[in-house]
Amino acid sequence: MNPKMKIAAANSAIAPPALSFKGLGQVYQTGSGPLEALRGVEFSVDRHQFVAVLGPSGCGKSTLLRLIAGLLKPSSGRVEAFGHPITEPRDDIGIVFQNPTLLPWASVEDNVVFPVKHKTGRVSREDRERARNLLDKVGLTGFEKRLPAELSGGMQQRVGIARALHMNPDILLMDEPFSALDALTREEMGFELLRIWEAQPKTVLFITHSISEAVLLADRVLVMSGSPGWVIEDISIEIPRPRGIETSSSAEMQDYAGHLRKLLLKRPETQL
Amino acid sequence: MRQTRSFRSLVDMPFFLPTVTFALVVILWQLAADIFAIPSFILPSPTRILGGFEQIDLARWTDHVWATLRIALIGYLLSIAISLPIAIMLVRSKLLSRAFYPILVVIQSMPVVAIAPIMIVVLGSEDAPRIVITCLITFFPLVVSTATGLMATPEELIELSKSLKAPAWREITQIRLPYAVPYIFSALKISITLAVIGAVVAEFVAAEKGIGYFIQFSTSFFKLPEAWAGLVILVIMSLLLFQAVAVIQRVLFPWSLPKEGR
Repeated sequence: MNPKMKIAAANSAIAPPALSFKGLGQVYQTGSGPLEALRGVEFSVDRHQFVAVLGPSGCGKSTLLRLIAGLLKPSSGRVEAFGHPITEPRDDIGIVFQNPTLLPWASVEDNVVFPVKHKTGRVSREDRERARNLLDKVGLTGFEKRLPAELSGGMQQRVGIARALHMNPDILLMDEPFSALDALTREEMGFELLRIWEAQPKTVLFITHSISEAVLLADRVLVMSGSPGWVIEDISIEIPRPRGIETSSSAEMQDYAGHLRKLLLKRPETQL
Repeated sequence: MRQTRSFRSLVDMPFFLPTVTFALVVILWQLAADIFAIPSFILPSPTRILGGFEQIDLARWTDHVWATLRIALIGYLLSIAISLPIAIMLVRSKLLSRAFYPILVVIQSMPVVAIAPIMIVVLGSEDAPRIVITCLITFFPLVVSTATGLMATPEELIELSKSLKAPAWREITQIRLPYAVPYIFSALKISITLAVIGAVVAEFVAAEKGIGYFIQFSTSFFKLPEAWAGLVILVIMSLLLFQAVAVIQRVLFPWSLPKEGR
């Protein structure tokens, strides 16, 4: 067990978990009858833990994320953040979307301060200072005044991450954030994210359908199956940190990936 | 080799081909009118039309141009002021959308030429009916395009707005409206030429000034070269207004143009 996990374990003994799900179910009313997206989802995430949610498309991963974000109300069961049921969007939760979805008319810096501007209607000098620091952290110094269209896909997603971090959330929700990027950029962004997370620990819920990405990044991988979605396996990834390029080709990594692959392929309904 | 290349680059210039085609049409027109001795009340030759310009002194031309331009611009601006709030309202509320959209379609289905005389009787022969007619012809494309643009915002940004618990009006002003800018401008370009049509139609019905009035007046005295000259002025006016809208978009909202248009 690495030191970070020990801290997390110690935290959970005294403080409520960052996120917990109790008998969570979600049913959508559609034109062709009710559609059950989630059933009996039950797990909790300790503070500053990096948890990957792995599963095929249509297993309710995005529904799960929207429930945590407070954009949806659960049909049954409960979602809690730090022991309090989530009934509306919380200030301490940030979201990174699958597509960066930046404002095309706003500069990179304006995009990062957008949440503050949108929420409060004003942007202070400190907000801008913090935005520039974050942009520096994600490797975008010198691009503050550029428009999103002038950046590559990877750089745009870095702006998306900086935007999500700007409100300094305790919990970071990431919805397949690197899935639109090419394989190399994707791996690079993964390491970048780890670097940021290690420097400034946050509780991260990282949704992905890439097995290697899940193993490489996370402390814990939750494997989901659909539909309705539920957690079929909860695996701790005990690969020491910091993790780097050598980790991706390590034997441990291959073992975990092989195990997860078998787990997912065994069930015809979880084909990736 | 070099010669063919310089010819190619000439052909590739954006204005070269249209200018050549236009010049050819004018020359053929002139030749046809001269050779077949077409009477000028049927089809005046380009030189006759040029003569038509000279029949009227500059002060009177500017008077007519200004009368038409003024109505077109006032009606256009008023139309923008009306249609943007209507579009926002339609997008904000499904109920209002269901209630009002059919009415908008009905209004749009009424031929403006047919409403014009009615408006003049109802609203008098001053500016009011002309402005209303210009509004009627321009507002529908603006409403529909703006509403489409407001709906075209990526779902993630709306979710971001919701997750920030931002006030609803800020979702409109900071996200939806800017996202609609490309849509609004494509409608603004259509509507500016429609505004000129609206102003001219109103002048046909009742006016003592304006290019529309002038064309009608000239034709009733069989002064076809003058009428054609008026038509040329209207075309130039529409083209310039259209370009003005395009320039405003390029200067104020360069990001809203497709990449190669910047």
